[in-house]
Amino acid sequence: MDLLEMFVSVGFWAATVRMATPLIFGTIGELICERAGVLNLGIEGIMTFGAMIAWMWVYQGGDLWMAVAVAAGCGAAWGLLHATFSVYLGLSQHVTGIGITLLASSLSYFSFRLLLPDVSTPPKIEPFEPIALPGLSEIPVLGEALFTQTALTYLALATVPLCWYVLYRTPLGLAVRMVGENPMAAASQGLDVLAIRTGAVCAGSALMSVGGAFLTISVFDAFYFEMINGRGWICIALVIFASWRPGKALFGALLFAAFDALQIRVQQASSTLIPYQFFLMLPYVLSIVALIIMSRKAAYPKALLVPFRRGER
Amino acid sequence: MRLEPRTEATFWLRAMAPILAVIVALALCGFLILWAGAPLLEAYAALARGALGSRFALSETLTRATPLIFTGLAVAVAFRAKLWNIGGEGQLYAGALAATWVGTGAIDLPAYLMIPAIFSAAALAGGLLLLLPTLLKIRLKVDEVVTTLLLNFVVLLFVNYLLFGPWKDPLSMGWPQAAPIVDSGLLPNLVDRTRLHFGLLAGLVASVAVWIVMRFTHWGFEIRAVGLNTPAAVFAGIPVNATVVRTALLSGGLAACAGVTEVCGTKGYLTLDISPGFGYTGIAVAMLAGLHPLGVVVSAVFVAAIYNGADSMSRAVGISNYLADVMTAVALLAVLVSSLLVQYRIRRG
Amino acid sequence: MSSNVQPPSVLSVRGISKRFGDIQANRDISLSLNAGEVLALLGENGAGKTTLMSILFGHYVADAGSIEVNGRPLPPGSPSAAIDAGIGMVHQHFTLADNLSVLDNVVLGTERLWSPFQRRRQARDRLSALADRFGLNVDPDARVGNLSVGERQRVELLKVLYRDARILILDEPTAVLTPQEAEALFQTLTEMVSNGLSVIFISHKLNEVMAIAQRIAVLRHGAVVGEYNRADTSRTELATAMVGREVASPTRTQMDAGEPVLELKSVSLRHNNSRLLHATLKVGQHEVLGIAGVSGNGQTALADLVSGLCVPESGELVVLGRPAGGHTPAHMVAAGVGRIPEDRHTAGVVHEMTVSENLVLESYRQPEFSRFGWLRVRPILEHARTLMERYDVRGAGPDTRTSSLSGGNMQKLILARVLSRRPPLVLACQPTRGLDVGATAYVHQQILETRNQGSGILLISEDLDELLTLSDRIMVIYQGELSPAIPTEQADRARLGLLMSGQRTTGPSSGRDHAA
Repeated sequence: MDLLEMFVSVGFWAATVRMATPLIFGTIGELICERAGVLNLGIEGIMTFGAMIAWMWVYQGGDLWMAVAVAAGCGAAWGLLHATFSVYLGLSQHVTGIGITLLASSLSYFSFRLLLPDVSTPPKIEPFEPIALPGLSEIPVLGEALFTQTALTYLALATVPLCWYVLYRTPLGLAVRMVGENPMAAASQGLDVLAIRTGAVCAGSALMSVGGAFLTISVFDAFYFEMINGRGWICIALVIFASWRPGKALFGALLFAAFDALQIRVQQASSTLIPYQFFLMLPYVLSIVALIIMSRKAAYPKALLVPFRRGER
Repeated sequence: MRLEPRTEATFWLRAMAPILAVIVALALCGFLILWAGAPLLEAYAALARGALGSRFALSETLTRATPLIFTGLAVAVAFRAKLWNIGGEGQLYAGALAATWVGTGAIDLPAYLMIPAIFSAAALAGGLLLLLPTLLKIRLKVDEVVTTLLLNFVVLLFVNYLLFGPWKDPLSMGWPQAAPIVDSGLLPNLVDRTRLHFGLLAGLVASVAVWIVMRFTHWGFEIRAVGLNTPAAVFAGIPVNATVVRTALLSGGLAACAGVTEVCGTKGYLTLDISPGFGYTGIAVAMLAGLHPLGVVVSAVFVAAIYNGADSMSRAVGISNYLADVMTAVALLAVLVSSLLVQYRIRRG
Repeated sequence: MSSNVQPPSVLSVRGISKRFGDIQANRDISLSLNAGEVLALLGENGAGKTTLMSILFGHYVADAGSIEVNGRPLPPGSPSAAIDAGIGMVHQHFTLADNLSVLDNVVLGTERLWSPFQRRRQARDRLSALADRFGLNVDPDARVGNLSVGERQRVELLKVLYRDARILILDEPTAVLTPQEAEALFQTLTEMVSNGLSVIFISHKLNEVMAIAQRIAVLRHGAVVGEYNRADTSRTELATAMVGREVASPTRTQMDAGEPVLELKSVSLRHNNSRLLHATLKVGQHEVLGIAGVSGNGQTALADLVSGLCVPESGELVVLGRPAGGHTPAHMVAAGVGRIPEDRHTAGVVHEMTVSENLVLESYRQPEFSRFGWLRVRPILEHARTLMERYDVRGAGPDTRTSSLSGGNMQKLILARVLSRRPPLVLACQPTRGLDVGATAYVHQQILETRNQGSGILLISEDLDELLTLSDRIMVIYQGELSPAIPTEQADRARLGLLMSGQRTTGPSSGRDHAA
């Protein structure tokens, strides 16, 4: 009974779209890295850092959009660090990624503590306000759910077709796909494999960082520890679930966010029957299930995890 | 620039890698100390004093190193077989849960039986926890990095549920903690007026045992072959799946023992925060040791020293003790680069 | 000299040298290529041909020397500069992305990277025009992974033609073709040359070089040892120049085949894109049975079956008179099958393990090397020392990493591991691929000795010369089906070539009904 009502409630769908936003940024970002052949396990740390730096920028008096740009820039910088290790030096992508997550997270917390000595209540900022798109937001149900979101959500939604277009309809996208499938082929056509891979990792990391920023300057208005809470890892599972396709990534992110929104509402409804911790487990368990379903026939980019060394056969 | 593999890598050359990494980590974190506005030398001095400067400091460092030895060994064993076990944190808590279940009065045994019983139960719990992602990897080719990571969150939530729910100690005045471990289950103290306990000895024994297994037994030979070149191991008739499963049970079991040392040794009862990330730090410990079981002891003590020293430095010059996490992460990345220098020669071309 | 007019030189290479570690891959090489000619670069494996061409194409930078194209210096180390200068290269190992289409593979890199759109329609038209002109027909939208080897090579050629290459470098192009397909390739090349292209043709096969080239440069140990006009030279002269000395071909004496050590009875299976169809054969305990065929026709399935890596879906595998107890590599090792893998680097050795460890990779559980799960270090080391000496494994000690061995020595290590246990059946899969003449001769000698001492050998090879030298009988595999076995005395290249391309010499069902 309640469940059905909830499905038609506007609030549910609005929450879904909102909660999907960081997942969209993270999944598309990781998708770009992996299409180029690089597994970026730094995503969790990069999202954390993006959340911290964007918030801190606004707190110190900066403009919201500038904060987004700063987060993107920092994300790209982390991507450059990752690429230096994994692409240029050919080091283990697994360990590099874990190292970056550890470093980016700890640096976030350290900087936050440094710039903001202990206060009893975490300070707040003015986040993005929802923007009602003229005309479209008048549509019943859909209007409020989809067209009355904050600017960053619109940006995330726009990223999906943009990513699709670049990847499948431009020479740059073809080059990115090629270095992820057969880098030697790209080198033989005169392309600079290392530069393309680095560029892809930087671009993807910038998106990831903006996804983290969304949480502090658009949804909540404060930064707190363990904020990202595993969303980065869920994005990695979502990339496989999406078969490395932008459209499917959007679908996966929305599906996930829907489960998350569902889980919160059901939790509120039946808190006496099932302890809330089990509801909180759902996203992680679902990610594992998604991986199980998709992994068997996953068509990995052929050169994923394989470093490219010039001239080496 | 081209990399040419070195044919010989002497022991000293290989030992250079982590040493170089540590120097780089200390130097880079110097910048952070300066940014925080603290006097550099005083900060380092406080770090050193807090780590090793007194009998008590040394004992604290060794106490903190104990779980790191176990989680470091867990990662070292798994990574050798190219099993990317990032779930050390969850396995640690699984071990802690098992220790609590067995050690809070469920059974009654004298200490010399109780303690091995607790360790065994914990190792079983941790091994089984890692077995799930491992079987998914073998049977369904599901990447174990993500599954082990996600399971960490699941386990922690489960612990949360237990500690706020059925296992909540009614005598704890509202704090979420479990009943204390019975006396026969507590790990005996090693040195008076310190927190140093038997867990350290267990860690040292484990480290030597793992080294012997890796170097001198079938099992170790198989783990190394499978990790270094799986198709060649398959072709040679080495039972790859069985090897990976055994590795998982060993690795998970080792990480779980870290849970035992904390619950039965350091604290005496299970709380939510018995591990400030020991599972993840174990990755840095293992990498700094070059995945060598004996080296893990050295790097565990080193990393524990950093964390301990950072606490003390934080009190002395007011820098957040997150600096220790930063330093460990920098050391991890630095050791990656420096091991490259050990393995390869750099040539122009 | 009848004419004093020198044909214009389109490519001029002067004094190129290149060293990799201890190996001098190219030694002061100077060559020139004239317009409209085919220059063959002849040399054995490891002579330095591919290195030189990689330098030409910009994959490597030479330590010394210069290159000029049409009189202008070529900037080193940049494939895009080479492409702009009109050089196109078809690599030995195809540089194609399986998951993308033919059109994608051809068009890659031809448009400005930052352009916001692709001109797919124009590209498609241009590709069709080129395909028609040179007789290289492929479906532009086909996924490359679904194409045959011959079709993939056509895509490679179209790639270079699309970039308006005037100088074409082909690196061992016929390694994966039947003799008939190679003929077709030569015709295409002739067509290209008459259109004004110049070709450098790298090969180690004398017959081809004599068929297609006008001039031939012979490389040996990294240096040019001679330049010849095809009209003025002979096979013998070239062969001697290639090798530098007389190499004794091992001789095979007639022997009675004896009891079968391996039998396949109508085995069908499909494994990793390779399949066998009703395969029937027998290998006797004193014979070498050669399996000829172009790569990709089921050799992998056959090798994997005998190695224990896959299971027959129908039919029976009989090893040493007993049906195979199970189908795992461990079973095969236990049954006494010695296996030399096709790819020594991927499946043969563990590079970071020591030589002695690799030598016991299959046998570490035997009582002589272990006890109750513990490895017996000293016997393992002794074993290694003995084998290294007996099988002439050079370049490292028993405790050194295997990665420091050369390809030839690595293969000797594998031979030592396999043959020292005196297996009654040996599977040898491309045993001399990538080895120089000296190592190749050694491997051939070992194979014949093993056969003489009473082991049956199943030899799978893409090298017809090797098969004709070593085998007692030859079967040809085509699309998973085996031809009837032909005694080597009655086999000749033409007949084998026909079988390799699927034409049967007798009726349509002959492949299956004849007992091997």
